[in-house]
Amino acid sequence: MSDIPENLKYTRDHEWIAETDDGTAVVGITDHAQEALGDLVFVELPEMHRDVETGDVCAVVESVKAASDVYSPVAGNIAEVNLALDESPELVNADPYGEGWLFRMTPASPADLEELLDAQAYERVLAEMDD
Amino acid sequence: MSEPLVFELGRSGRLAGAQVPEAGAAVDLPPEMLRDSRPQLPEVSELDAVRHYTRLSQRNFSIDTQFYPLGSCTMKYNPRGCNTYAMLPGFLQRHPLAPEDVSQGFLACMYELQRMLCRVTGMTAFSLTPMAGAQGELSGVAMIRAYHLDRGDTERTEILVPDAAHGTNPATAVKCGFAVRELPTAADGDLDIDALRRLAGPRTAGIMLTNPSTLGLFERRIQEVRDIIHGAGGLLYYDGANLNAILGKVLPGDMGFDVIHINLHKTFSTPHGGGGPGSGAVGVGERLEPFLPTPFVGIGADGYRWVDAADHPKSIGRLSAFMGNAGVLLRAYIYMRMLGRRGMERVADYAVLNANYVMARLAAAGFDLAYPERRACHEFVVTLKRQAREHGLTAINLAKALLDRGFHAPTTYFPLLVPECLLIEPTETESKETLDRFVDAMADILAEAQVDPERCKQAPVTMPVRRLDEVRAARKPDLRYRP
Repeated sequence: MSDIPENLKYTRDHEWIAETDDGTAVVGITDHAQEALGDLVFVELPEMHRDVETGDVCAVVESVKAASDVYSPVAGNIAEVNLALDESPELVNADPYGEGWLFRMTPASPADLEELLDAQAYERVLAEMDD
Repeated sequence: MSEPLVFELGRSGRLAGAQVPEAGAAVDLPPEMLRDSRPQLPEVSELDAVRHYTRLSQRNFSIDTQFYPLGSCTMKYNPRGCNTYAMLPGFLQRHPLAPEDVSQGFLACMYELQRMLCRVTGMTAFSLTPMAGAQGELSGVAMIRAYHLDRGDTERTEILVPDAAHGTNPATAVKCGFAVRELPTAADGDLDIDALRRLAGPRTAGIMLTNPSTLGLFERRIQEVRDIIHGAGGLLYYDGANLNAILGKVLPGDMGFDVIHINLHKTFSTPHGGGGPGSGAVGVGERLEPFLPTPFVGIGADGYRWVDAADHPKSIGRLSAFMGNAGVLLRAYIYMRMLGRRGMERVADYAVLNANYVMARLAAAGFDLAYPERRACHEFVVTLKRQAREHGLTAINLAKALLDRGFHAPTTYFPLLVPECLLIEPTETESKETLDRFVDAMADILAEAQVDPERCKQAPVTMPVRRLDEVRAARKPDLRYRP
């Protein structure tokens, strides 16, 4: 069973997002997503300061099996990207909720995060897929 | 045993006499353009060079040596007759810039090829100039763009692409300046029509569809799709990758498609793989005819002639220096002439029959089908999700184990929406005995995985190289010889 931390919010497309104290939010892909993709060989990160809408494609994660789009969980502006992934995409596999984060964004409306899935709801999404 | 690089075989001073160019200094180059060090070329004898490349060629899997059920690639037999006629000296020695009056035979073949492709797709005009499937796609979507702009409609900025599509479809749309809207697949494998209704609108430039889809399923509601897209003012693009399934049976033009590209190296059996040369001939209905890429072959007062931009001012233009890969086009032309109209229908008959036969036998042998309630077209999807969980028999492990049993692996991990999948396309050119041997090999791997799950993880064990480190190859590609 894959790791689904309690303190994060999730999307049905297997992104996670975490609010931080400074009003920004950090985005990555879930443990399930990295497991399904297999070893990553390339991560394409969004442009800095780009405005994104909910569901916009803003990153690409590529493994030897497949390339997969990463969608923005909420609307906002890209504040920082994880440059370490340029050299070491494997961080996403090793530590998807920590050093393998993809980008930091400033949500247009912090309330949008409340609309996303909590850990239990995301676990149910995974269970449905497994049926 | 691994084969050394040709550089590693080299010894200073050896040379292959037949390959040595005439001596002579490059006197007309300015001195600053001349290199001051010798190029690093392999120094091997002629015999060593011949043996090296012969050994490498013998290690290849190829359609001439093994069954090659590579889904979505239509790896069928290339009849030797096509080769024989395309190699006639009159074709081989014709210069691409030869005047029209001494090229009438070649031009006649190309004209007839255009006409036959129109007949078998229901389109009104064809251009043979795209050099590969991806270039065919590019020219098709460029024509959709040119059509809307020509009408002064600049608001159409989106192309709809199903989630099961070939990766080239969204790439093509983006390359042509469009935003991609992804269409989900419904539970029964058809396009999600409700999602299509929501996404189609005044911003829709067109939709790119493969029918049958990359799931090997015929899109049953294609007429509804056509009505929705045409109703919204968009155009329908047909990706011809899977044309083999419906050849001579259903015409894309009758389904409502406005533009199509055909991979002649798939459906029309020109040699395939290794990156080319290919052919992505592109066909259009009346609305897009003015935008067709040039040159193509027309008929003038003095016989066949090239139609170029001067005659065709709204054309999206040229795609290459000449007009496609002449040798490939000739092979496709000869193949079509050898088959005839009835023969083309038999291609579809047997491609579909073979796929359904293998699908039914694999299901009986304990494999799970991605869409068990649907009839396959020319290919079908098996999912190893259950076997991967229970016995570690993932798609990649099964693919490697097949190599040990003398079969090229099917396409793995595509379409992306089916977990641990194999996309299997037997084509019409395989005998029942070959198909049976393939099913037996698959069943054998499954049985072995149930008894000894570690075995399949070790495969391949009989190949010149064992399991390759694909991750390291992608992360740290080593493409250049360094002494």
